[in-house]
Amino acid sequence: MEDRKLIVSPSPHILSKHSTTRNIMLMVVIALLPTLAAAAIIFGWEVLLLTGVTVAACVGFETLYCVIMKKKVPVGDFSAVVTGLILAFNLPPSFPLWMAVIGAFVAIVIVKQLFGGIGFNFANPALVGRIVLQLSFTGRMITYIYPQSWSGVDALATATPMYALHNGPLPLMDLLLGTHAGVLGETCALTLIIGGAFLIATKVISPVIPLTYVGGVFAFKFLLGLAGGAAASASALSALSSILAGGLLLGAFFMATDYTTSPYTRSGKFVYGLLLAIVTTAIREWAGMVEGVSYALLLCNLLVPYINELSRQRPMGVGRGKRKGAA
Amino acid sequence: MGKFLRSWGRGCSVPHRKGTSGLATVTMPLPPKLKLLMQQHIGAPCVPAVAKGDTVLVGSVVGKAQGFVGADIHSGVSGTVTAIEPVQMPSGAVCDAVVIEPDGQQTIDPSIAPPAVRDRETFLAAVRACGLVGLGGAGFPTSVKLSPKNLDKIDSLIINAAECEPYITVDEREMLENGDNVISGVMAVKKYLNIPHVYIAIERNKPEATDLMFSLTKGDSDLSVVPLPTNYPQGAEKVLIQTVTGREVPSDGLPADIGVLVLNVTTVSTIGQYLASGMPLMSRRLTIAGGAVAEPKNVEVMIGTPIEEIIEFCGGFKSDPAKLLMGGPMMGVAMTDVGYPTLKQNNAILALTLNEIDLHEPDPCIRCGRCIMHCPVQLSPTEIEEAYTNKDMAMMQKLHSEVCMGCGVCSFVCPAKRLLSPATTLARLAVLAEARKAAAAKAAEKAPAATAKEAK
Repeated sequence: MEDRKLIVSPSPHILSKHSTTRNIMLMVVIALLPTLAAAAIIFGWEVLLLTGVTVAACVGFETLYCVIMKKKVPVGDFSAVVTGLILAFNLPPSFPLWMAVIGAFVAIVIVKQLFGGIGFNFANPALVGRIVLQLSFTGRMITYIYPQSWSGVDALATATPMYALHNGPLPLMDLLLGTHAGVLGETCALTLIIGGAFLIATKVISPVIPLTYVGGVFAFKFLLGLAGGAAASASALSALSSILAGGLLLGAFFMATDYTTSPYTRSGKFVYGLLLAIVTTAIREWAGMVEGVSYALLLCNLLVPYINELSRQRPMGVGRGKRKGAA
Repeated sequence: MGKFLRSWGRGCSVPHRKGTSGLATVTMPLPPKLKLLMQQHIGAPCVPAVAKGDTVLVGSVVGKAQGFVGADIHSGVSGTVTAIEPVQMPSGAVCDAVVIEPDGQQTIDPSIAPPAVRDRETFLAAVRACGLVGLGGAGFPTSVKLSPKNLDKIDSLIINAAECEPYITVDEREMLENGDNVISGVMAVKKYLNIPHVYIAIERNKPEATDLMFSLTKGDSDLSVVPLPTNYPQGAEKVLIQTVTGREVPSDGLPADIGVLVLNVTTVSTIGQYLASGMPLMSRRLTIAGGAVAEPKNVEVMIGTPIEEIIEFCGGFKSDPAKLLMGGPMMGVAMTDVGYPTLKQNNAILALTLNEIDLHEPDPCIRCGRCIMHCPVQLSPTEIEEAYTNKDMAMMQKLHSEVCMGCGVCSFVCPAKRLLSPATTLARLAVLAEARKAAAAKAAEKAPAATAKEAK
């Protein structure tokens, strides 16, 4: 037999075709689209421009950084697109575009690339981008203006439900459909749940974090209501409002489940979700802020390496003494 | 519940590609020469029992086992020993091989006769004389496996017919074609080792073989056929034991420690065949498949037949193979040499085209945790890879890298296509080497202390 060129490499020789970084990020993009569509319907077409700018800025900054640093340009993996979408979802409609570009710079260059790129960011890039904007342009970040709304949301600045909640529960239907004030990706609970369910069904994310986080916030708010002397039905209603309003669903499905900044194992994810619920509830109830999701996420992101260290699985057979007899 | 949560989502679904499953075994004519490697089992290599120019007969011993952990090697042909030459194995190590040119007469060695088995000792002697090793791929000498120290505590014998690797169909054909040998082998092991219960465990993707085993075991309450979920690596010994019995093999122990023995179905069938005929292990069935093979087949070949002869018998290559594998695509070894001989424990030769294999440059880890959640033995491959890259021995030990069985699931599911399985295997070897070094240092420390005491 003549000489042949045979490839020699270690096993396994076949790899999963659909499990790729690019496919995973594309799935996340798809899961975010219904919410983007809802935002466009609720707040007007301008939000598409804002989203387009953050996505383009994220992709642009990543490409630029990698070219300057002579790294392999990883734009094909769509992770910068996901960061851009989530950053836009955390901004109020009609947010100045130049400020959004600063947010994208913080997210991609400072939080992601300076720490080593994908897989090495210490916190969720879009989240830190949002927090930096919140601290730098506080007034603008909590101003909600709806220039060409189709849905009848007040064209002037409106209080967000988290403020309104202090004055009693809100109509659940408004919360579900998102026809109220808020940042553009957090208002429509329905599309967020659909997107989250899609990611769980396609096994992109594990259901553990969203379930423990959302379930935990519901449970704590309910118990606090009872402890405050409210009737069970009233407590349940206000607990339900508290999970539908604000950034909880966006955070629970799309930000807390970010791979790099969430724990590996099921038990780790459970602890992480519970911690998020505790910190979020504590901030919402007792701190000087009405919204707690961002800071809860940032704090818990930083705890992930420790949670990983403490929540490793016991490998099969380890610690199992040799059995003298058989069962 | 805890157990369910721990095992849920473990392993992965690999493509089956078992196109040869319906093809009856064909026997390949004698090749122009046999190359019998002296290392076809786990343990010390055999020593050639013949010299250049000697005449051998069918069933003659040509390689004598050294020590308890070993298995004799027999000639499958009558003919002349033309050389005893070194052959480089895929691992890079070099091993002697006895080269035999068949005379075509196939004269059977007069010493061959069905063994007289009366009790456990004579049964184990017969299994040893058969030269039998684990035919599922491991190559562990069967007579050694059947001699656990705590024989009276063994309550379960599991016959492994999972065959979870893609392409391979040899165990399935063994059940369909030699079902009676499987049962007679099972009954012999059960009787002479006095094991109360036998489970014949088959993946659900082999319904025909499962039905046949059900009908052959009907009426015997000590034998049960267990259909297994079709999930890779269902046939890995520790995974199989956990699925069938719910027990966990200690990481520093053997299945026998928890009262279980596992035998591959073709291995146990060979025991049945040997007890009836006295013909030792000289030939075996191989699946020859892959997109580059003109006519994929299940072929019965003499052990020692060079790969190129078998490929020729299957119509040669219809296109250029990108990889030539001995074994399946998940755990098989990529070969460099088509002249390499088949071994006792080989179950397949795959010639895969570029389309069938996956080659990727690794991307950065995105910390998705898939390798961790899919690892059938609950390791943390991505962290082990990092520790191995950093040469962090303490971390490799802490992460119990030695538990890895090299199944390849972590690499398979990795979205970043990182070389997790090879890295974890290297970490395992490093941890085991470190343990041996520590043990040797301890022994050396003890020895001078003892002599010092004596001097006093």
